[in-house]
Amino acid sequence: MIHLDEIQTIEHDVLVVGAGGAGLRAAIETSNLGLSTGVITKSLLGKAHTVMAEGGMAAALGNVDSRDNWKIHFRDTMRGGKFLNQWEMAAIHAKEAPDRVRELEDWGAVFDRTRTGLINQRNFGGHRYPRLAHVGDRTGLELIRTLQDHGIHQGMHVHMECIGIDLLQDGGKISGMLAYWRETGRFVVFRAPVVIFATGGAGKAWRVTSNSWEYSGDGYGMAARAGAELMDMEFTQFHPTGMVWPPSVRGTLVTEGVRGEGGILTNSKGVRFMFDNIPERFASETADTKEEAQLWLDGDREARRPPELLTRDVVARAIMREVKAGRGSEHGGAYLDISHRDSDFVKRKLPSMYHQFKELAEVDITAQQMEVGPTLHYYMGGIRVDAESQMTNVPGLFAAGECGTGLHGANRLGGNSLSDLIVFGARAGLGAKAYLDKLSGTPAVQQEQVHEQMRSVIDFLNREDGENPYVVVDDLQTTMEQHVGIVRDGTELEEGIEKLQKLKERAAAVKAHATSQYNPGWNTCIDLRNMILSAEATARCALQREESRGAHTRLDFEGEREEGLTFNSVVKLVDGQIEARKEMRPTPPEELAKIANASLEDLEGSRV
Amino acid sequence: MSERTFRIWRGNPQDGGDFVEYTIDVQTGMVVLDCIHEIQKQHAPDLACRWNCKAGKCGSCSMEINGKPALSCMTRMNTFEEGETITVQPLKTFPVIRDLTNDVSWNYQQNKRIRPFAPRPRDPDGEHRMMQEDVDRVQEFRKCIECFLCQDMCHILRDRETQQNFAGPRFMVRLASLDMHPLDTDDRIQEVRDESGSGLCNITRCCTEACPEHINITDNAIIPLKERVVDRFYDPLMWLMRKLKPGNSREKTTVE
Ligand SMILES: Cc1cc2nc3c(=O)[nH]c(=O)nc-3n(C[C@H](O)[C@H](O)[C@H](O)COP(=O)(O)OP(=O)(O)OC[C@H]3O[C@@H](n4cnc5c(N)ncnc54)[C@H](O)[C@@H]3O)c2cc1C
Ligand code: SF4
Ligand code: SF4
Ligand code: FES
Repeated sequence: MIHLDEIQTIEHDVLVVGAGGAGLRAAIETSNLGLSTGVITKSLLGKAHTVMAEGGMAAALGNVDSRDNWKIHFRDTMRGGKFLNQWEMAAIHAKEAPDRVRELEDWGAVFDRTRTGLINQRNFGGHRYPRLAHVGDRTGLELIRTLQDHGIHQGMHVHMECIGIDLLQDGGKISGMLAYWRETGRFVVFRAPVVIFATGGAGKAWRVTSNSWEYSGDGYGMAARAGAELMDMEFTQFHPTGMVWPPSVRGTLVTEGVRGEGGILTNSKGVRFMFDNIPERFASETADTKEEAQLWLDGDREARRPPELLTRDVVARAIMREVKAGRGSEHGGAYLDISHRDSDFVKRKLPSMYHQFKELAEVDITAQQMEVGPTLHYYMGGIRVDAESQMTNVPGLFAAGECGTGLHGANRLGGNSLSDLIVFGARAGLGAKAYLDKLSGTPAVQQEQVHEQMRSVIDFLNREDGENPYVVVDDLQTTMEQHVGIVRDGTELEEGIEKLQKLKERAAAVKAHATSQYNPGWNTCIDLRNMILSAEATARCALQREESRGAHTRLDFEGEREEGLTFNSVVKLVDGQIEARKEMRPTPPEELAKIANASLEDLEGSRV
Repeated sequence: MSERTFRIWRGNPQDGGDFVEYTIDVQTGMVVLDCIHEIQKQHAPDLACRWNCKAGKCGSCSMEINGKPALSCMTRMNTFEEGETITVQPLKTFPVIRDLTNDVSWNYQQNKRIRPFAPRPRDPDGEHRMMQEDVDRVQEFRKCIECFLCQDMCHILRDRETQQNFAGPRFMVRLASLDMHPLDTDDRIQEVRDESGSGLCNITRCCTEACPEHINITDNAIIPLKERVVDRFYDPLMWLMRKLKPGNSREKTTVE
């Protein structure tokens, strides 16, 4: 093997892996702190998942309803997460989101405006008040472009289409990362004492998903192999409204903004079934008649919100139930209808949805119903981090955004991801600086480590024979749909884990044809091991959690159980095997517990 | 379901390349990108192409389909004639990396040359106020997904020589979004002329036709900027007025 000196080497103080909202925000922070910062990304700059986000980002600005404040946002987040969130993270997020959103305006973002010229906010599921700053239904594009155009002038180095393979360590501390350039297939060693992961989730392990090829769980795989802990991996969010027809777009997202703007869900009998699916916990805050729901839409502040805006787990399960009971839509979903609203209003508020249905499904949403059904959308779980600094248990490794965990608990509220990215992206940057200030010496890059990692990926190209990696991905997706889907069951999960072991063996023996230059087949070989690791972590946590809570539903253990509230699932790689354990939750800070359990009246009047 | 034949350009500049034919079964609703993925799965696992969102939101999957620059994820198979062979190749304006991927880094360099947003201070209460009708036009420009199809279409960029002197329609759109931004205080007109070469555009409107976001590039972005350049530099009266009243020299291009 070639000597370390002959491999291209790039040095940075901080290497950020990922150029979505979280990665760019972290890199802006570290660049501004004077640290040499590199950013690597699998795609071109500006193409990360963040660009696809539609509905908005949540922050208690109080521009539309002045009764809103951080405490109510915090309370909504905890209740949405079924109280499995990390308390401090949920509080930090609610407190800091408004400043992080306003700051975007200084960097050029142009949100939709209220009548008085402030940032407009829209309603979303689980949020008590209109809270989502948005730009039509392309908020993610606005966020990523703003961070990108601001970021490139802050001194960061963006290395596009450069894919991280594994972390390098010196006595446990981070010393850098091995990566390769897509364009040439050549390796590059990054020497950096801090690596910040902002790599997103692992939704590509399922077939019906809103996620792209990038979401292969690289961050989870690389972090776990370096000794980091993953947490809450059983909580995978199925968004209730993905497209279901035609087959080629099955899973593509239909923003919750449609329901936020008044969209209603019906079954094949024309029944607005969400009225029959209101959980006890939300009964006092949800309209129970069509008339009241309509009043709310008309802006009556006393009216309660329509049941279509219940949290995502509730709506997704309700749609599943209708389909199972034979009341589904033509192609096995539910009907979503916004055509009762003025056609210009729909086109103005939901332009990309209009476009998407028109061009991909030949449906005009201003006049026709949409067909929608659940799609795997988001990983609430991820790399376990410290709430304040975002550092993992591996010294020098940080994580922020979707690849991290703790804010969302058992279920994420819509809009809480984009705000998560900027709040904790910035904090990871500050955390990195604090770590570097205390670090003495520079952790070294070890030649053997680099060689071993290189060998593990070159083997895919060099071996004589092997399976087509796309076939293995296909089988993985079938397994996850069948065994680790929206409703789960102990026996199914155990069988699923068995199958994953077989898939792991097959994934180790796949073969990539041709050379390493811009070769998606080779890349799929490398992605596969991370995808399977993430899938197995999810399955093992799901098996361990014997209750139904938030996004995790067990047929054999219906309803929330008290024991479930006492722990978070934590996963670690021990001798190459994934082990899940229950980590007892600490008692919540008194102050925060009081807020989470307070009545709305008290919170609005700032009495708590 | 029907059988369809594709001619896809395979190769790279170092070793050369050629069109290769693939035949696959096409199902209802499929787009060209789905077909490329099928070809990868069944016939050519190493076929290089870019994609992310599969819903026209990220601008990754640009290529030339039957000679026309388009997003492959938004090009439905039922827009072609029954039995028609579909030819797919990389963009012509930018160097090819391999198969259907282009080196588009030139565009990122153009973007970096544009001076950053320079906002006025916040109001005393810490807010920025802008009216919706004043930002409608800027929002139209900010819809850009950087697919670079307009750049591919523009004949000034297709010509390697003139390419060096013109930033291209995408970056005229970006400059316009800054120039019309109600909070921006920078005067960008000189930049528009000297750095970005607005004078080279001869308003053929090919870029506008190619834009999948339906941004009215030529009429709403380029022409207003060109008019401002003409005002500033070639109208002696305007020039004199600005000399006499330097405080007023900043005039935003207004939204009609
Ligand atoms: C269709 C859709 C709509 C959504 N709408 C909303 C919404 O309205 N509101 C909301 O709050 N949330 C929404 N979400 C969720 C939200 O967009 C994502 O959770 C969020 O953008 C994730 O951001 P991120 O910065 O963590 O990661 P991403 O933006 O996904 O970026 C991940 C980055 O990591 C890079 N990366 C990964 N692995 C590697 C590797 N091995 N080497 C190098 N780089 C790597 C990728 O290339 C990419 O640049 C939506 C998601 C989808 C898919
Ligand atoms: S209108 Fe101008 S920018 Fe657009 S294609 Fe024609 S010459 Fe190029
Ligand atoms: S202006 Fe239109 S065509 Fe040009 S890059 Fe942007 S979205 Fe693409
Ligand atoms: S894949 Fe995103 S625009 Fe085509």
